[in-house]
Amino acid sequence: MFTIDQYVIAESLEEAYELNQSRRNVILGGIMWLKMGKKRIGKAIDLSALDLHKIEEDEDRFYIGAMCTLRDLEVHSGLKKYFNGIIEKSVESIVGVQFRNGATVGGTVFSRFGFSDVLTVLLALDTYVELYKGGIVSLSQFMDMPRDNDILVKIIIKKDNRKVAYVNQRKSVSDLPILACAVSNTGNTWNIVLGSRPAKAQLISLELSENLHEEQINEIINVVKDKIVLGSNDRGSKEYRSILADVFIRRNIEEILLGGNHAD
Amino acid sequence: MQIKLWINEKEFTDDVSPDIALLEWLRSKGFYSIKRGCETSNCGLCTVLLDGKPVLSCSTLAIRANGKHVTTLEGVEKDALEIGGFMADEGSEQCGFCSPGFIMNVIAMKNELTNPTEEEIKKYLVGNLCRCTGYVGQLRAIKNYLQSKKEV
Repeated sequence: MFTIDQYVIAESLEEAYELNQSRRNVILGGIMWLKMGKKRIGKAIDLSALDLHKIEEDEDRFYIGAMCTLRDLEVHSGLKKYFNGIIEKSVESIVGVQFRNGATVGGTVFSRFGFSDVLTVLLALDTYVELYKGGIVSLSQFMDMPRDNDILVKIIIKKDNRKVAYVNQRKSVSDLPILACAVSNTGNTWNIVLGSRPAKAQLISLELSENLHEEQINEIINVVKDKIVLGSNDRGSKEYRSILADVFIRRNIEEILLGGNHAD
Repeated sequence: MQIKLWINEKEFTDDVSPDIALLEWLRSKGFYSIKRGCETSNCGLCTVLLDGKPVLSCSTLAIRANGKHVTTLEGVEKDALEIGGFMADEGSEQCGFCSPGFIMNVIAMKNELTNPTEEEIKKYLVGNLCRCTGYVGQLRAIKNYLQSKKEV
């Protein structure tokens, strides 16, 4: 468990940002992962007074505050309706309800955890992050940015009617995934994401056609496996993940071709 | 830091260290139903309700409970006895160490879900690990308990 010298409930994003410039200070999300370490925190920065715990939507987008919990994502009626439950599906195997009532979306996304189900699905959607100083950038761009001391304010998901499918493999139902795979399709664009590979989720976008034939599906699988590096850890070997990737990419594409999970 | 909160509807104020977990602080106040299990946010033994929602008290800072209502097993003794009775009838309690956290999450589920299916029950309670029973007896007990609530 970490130690904290001083606890600060930030009164503004500017105050939180200024405090976060010191290497000894840390912004607290749900602390689920942070507590596993022994960091000596100078000032713990709490964002809970900054109204970042809401999910809002307009005609074009969802706006998810960084302090929303994974459980908030799971039960939000708008998100359930729009993506036919794919976001719910991405979080429902993360430990248990109690854990998801604590873990925050901001903590998960900003940390770019290598085991994240949520990032895998969000990358397959048209997702952006709003950073306090860095402005709005696409999630795929954010995934490649180095860790800095900016503050993640909210996640923005565009409602673009894309079809999406998601599948993952776990050793037991509430364990971390061995591999997570999301595929989405809009027009001729196919987006394939592999997460828990075991490194941060990675997106490959390919321009093909809306209706794929067998050779094109094989081509997608080959391209993705050529560009995305899979690895080994104590949950699964690189070889096993490679076999899973074949199956999952194909299964998700077929689900989309058969109708898929798309906007209501 | 000074905190004020309500535990089982009784007001408490205290000066807490900013890094003390709610689990430790509640136990220091005599709420021994809350068990320290894995401390890696996985087992559900330390479940309490925070403003009605089930949370892991091992992974919640006491300071974050400031201004909120905490419910522990001691505050729902009647319900706990009733659920425990159904568990005993099904032989679904062996060492009993996981039971307080399990029962707290059953109560949270009952409050949140209306007529949950077997699949929904399993999904809601998956974060409560039990190393004795294999869960089948627990599932029977919970279904019987929920059925008894319908019949009232």
